[in-house]
Amino acid sequence: MKLSFSAEDEQFRQEIANWLQVNLTGEFEKLRFRGGPGDEHTFPEQRKVWEQKLAEGGWTCVGWSKEYGGRGCSIEQQVIFFEEYARAGAPGRVGHIGEGLAGPTLIAFGTDEQKKKYLPGIVAGTELWCQGYSEPSAGSDLANVKTKARFDEAQNKWIINGQKVWTSLAHESNYCFVIARTDLDSVAHKGLGFFLIKMDQPGVEVRPIEQITGTSEFNEVFFDEAQCDADDIVGAPGEGWKVAMGLLGFERGVSTLGQQMQFQNELDEVIRVAKNNGAAKDPAIRQRLARAHSELKIMRYNSMRILSGQSGSDGGLQKEALIYKLFWSTWHRSLGELAMDVLGPECEILEDAPYSLSRLQSMYLFVRADTIYGGTNQIQRNIIAERGLGMPKEPKGVAK
Amino acid sequence: MEFAFTEEQEMIRDTTAAFLAEVSDSAAVRRAMDTEQGYEPELWNRICSEMYWQAIHVPEAYGGMGLGYVELVAMMEQMGRSLLCAPFLSTVCLAGNALRVAGSESQQAHWLAQLCQGTVTATLAFNGGSSRWDAESITATWRREGDGYLLNGDYRYVIDGHTADLLIVAARAEGATGAEGVSLFLLPATTDGVSRQWLPTMDQARKQAAVQLKNVSLPADAVMGEPGQAWKSLSTVIDLASIALAAEQVGGCQQLLDMTVAYTSERVQFNRTIASYQAVKHKAADMMLKVEVARSAIYYAACVAQEALEGGPLSAELSEAASVAKSYCSDAYFAVAGDALQLFGGVGFTWEYDVHLYLKRAKSSEHLLGNGVFHRERLACMLLDEGGDS
Repeated sequence: MKLSFSAEDEQFRQEIANWLQVNLTGEFEKLRFRGGPGDEHTFPEQRKVWEQKLAEGGWTCVGWSKEYGGRGCSIEQQVIFFEEYARAGAPGRVGHIGEGLAGPTLIAFGTDEQKKKYLPGIVAGTELWCQGYSEPSAGSDLANVKTKARFDEAQNKWIINGQKVWTSLAHESNYCFVIARTDLDSVAHKGLGFFLIKMDQPGVEVRPIEQITGTSEFNEVFFDEAQCDADDIVGAPGEGWKVAMGLLGFERGVSTLGQQMQFQNELDEVIRVAKNNGAAKDPAIRQRLARAHSELKIMRYNSMRILSGQSGSDGGLQKEALIYKLFWSTWHRSLGELAMDVLGPECEILEDAPYSLSRLQSMYLFVRADTIYGGTNQIQRNIIAERGLGMPKEPKGVAK
Repeated sequence: MEFAFTEEQEMIRDTTAAFLAEVSDSAAVRRAMDTEQGYEPELWNRICSEMYWQAIHVPEAYGGMGLGYVELVAMMEQMGRSLLCAPFLSTVCLAGNALRVAGSESQQAHWLAQLCQGTVTATLAFNGGSSRWDAESITATWRREGDGYLLNGDYRYVIDGHTADLLIVAARAEGATGAEGVSLFLLPATTDGVSRQWLPTMDQARKQAAVQLKNVSLPADAVMGEPGQAWKSLSTVIDLASIALAAEQVGGCQQLLDMTVAYTSERVQFNRTIASYQAVKHKAADMMLKVEVARSAIYYAACVAQEALEGGPLSAELSEAASVAKSYCSDAYFAVAGDALQLFGGVGFTWEYDVHLYLKRAKSSEHLLGNGVFHRERLACMLLDEGGDS
């Protein structure tokens, strides 16, 4: 075991830190610490421009190989990049779904043509992506997708009909990757396809969902005879589930460390408030702050284990990776509650009518989503028990 | 950055586990815990002569193996799994670390060599009977007498205190308070004025003792370091030992989880194994989360401890890493033990099944060297108070 970074890596750290110091200024100054989860609705236009600014500096897709336009950074350098990015308070990335999910999926499963067509826009920060998985009847039971895809021989196009929900950033995106049923008689994870769909077309309608925070970053997306080209399917018809599940592996990457730096920024703010209003002298609050602090530290060590380790012997995720989502989501939800308890009765008072929330108030409400999206805590526990501990699988109900 | 065991470290872990599977099964633990001594001398002799564990992290210059704290932690994890009954925590993690941190060249050369040869067991005594394992807990006193020192006072919760050949004791200058005036002394257990009493404990697999010093005269060379200036060293020793103990706690957690999964996968009720019920699976998942999070905490702490012994850049993090690890692992162990007992149901409540041995160990090691509340308050001082670094 070795924890230190090499001199070369420290030089890299200096490079990105300097770049951010020089460039996160002027028109971008107001983006500092904005646009993260729960705050995605802020400054969308400016953040799109920022995405291109990053690309000019060569700071998008840093973990992708150079062959696909990435920076070819080592794991250590990616860790450093995300840490410095969050430390500087650089804004939430509107391009993260393309960079973290769509791109890696295309690199792993896409054809050469698909890579040529879609990867450059992601690298350049000019084309944004959203993820079309969940549906009203496919939440935890993600495979219960009803959206249909039929191939129209005459037009040589796939035609998509159905509805997606909880689609982050759909209203800002150029493309959506969608799982839809290619075999209409199929059930569950069989007979699905993985499609790349242009958002700007007559058959696609986006409706924002007003959330608990009064703001909207999730959307409903309706497909009514929406189209994509014959070769805008990743993998063969029927292989969509395999592609979609391969993508889940990309969701627990090195970016978790950036997420933790954001958590650190939030915890620092809670501690600042506690010191200012005297809550830091309350023994019960002290215990909770110390617990939040220690568990965030350990979260970082856990990520370092994930990044340093090998996959499990069965090719599945390591145990420390299996528990990660349940751990951070539960920790973050507790931080929201702690923030309000540190504020005391002052936590109720809004910045402004009708419903203008402070950063901590917004965090407190938004974290309620963390234990639900991306696999609820209950689904996570099933996964941990079944894949991590080899306990029996949940029996499935009989389809009516 | 490489935050995983090397192949050599994996080999040490696996060799430890294989040896313990042979010598420290349930029957062996129960035999040892029924004795006042608390361990079987034949087994300790085997460990010292065949395995050389007592010398694991002692520098080669003093007759040790010269390995690091990561290796020590990997071994402690396995000892925790099997509840090994041996004077390892006391001799190696408490006294051994005290000699490493506070001993002079000649004190290390003399005593570490004997520890490594397996001819001497040792322990550390400082707490006079407090739940706070800090400088305030030291109630024994020292004063100068001629060229040497005169010690008086009481210690409780001294691990293997009734059997250790060498006691390393902390005492404060008469009238001093807090971290002031603390000295560490090397005290052979047979010295006049030392009386020791075994304290029977709920956790029978680890023995504790009370030690009383009545007008104990010690020569000048018995003091470790500058007289009156030892709190900083002692604090480092407690941090190092806490990290080793936290690793033992993680091993216990893992064993409980494995036992629980095995048992619930066999036990059938309502014509299904109880492991197939979500109520059981979700509890097991929560147990696994705690085990893995605790493990991440101790691996990091082990790296910090190694640097602390070598004077590396992470040394400054030692107190924090120790308190993070000890608080999380203490709470995790007891929670996991409680869940395990619940999932075992009625048989978990019996003397016959081993669950109670772990539940009892979880509570005893939770309180030893400070429980979660104590260590979180220590972290809170570092985090929230001006100049609060202990």
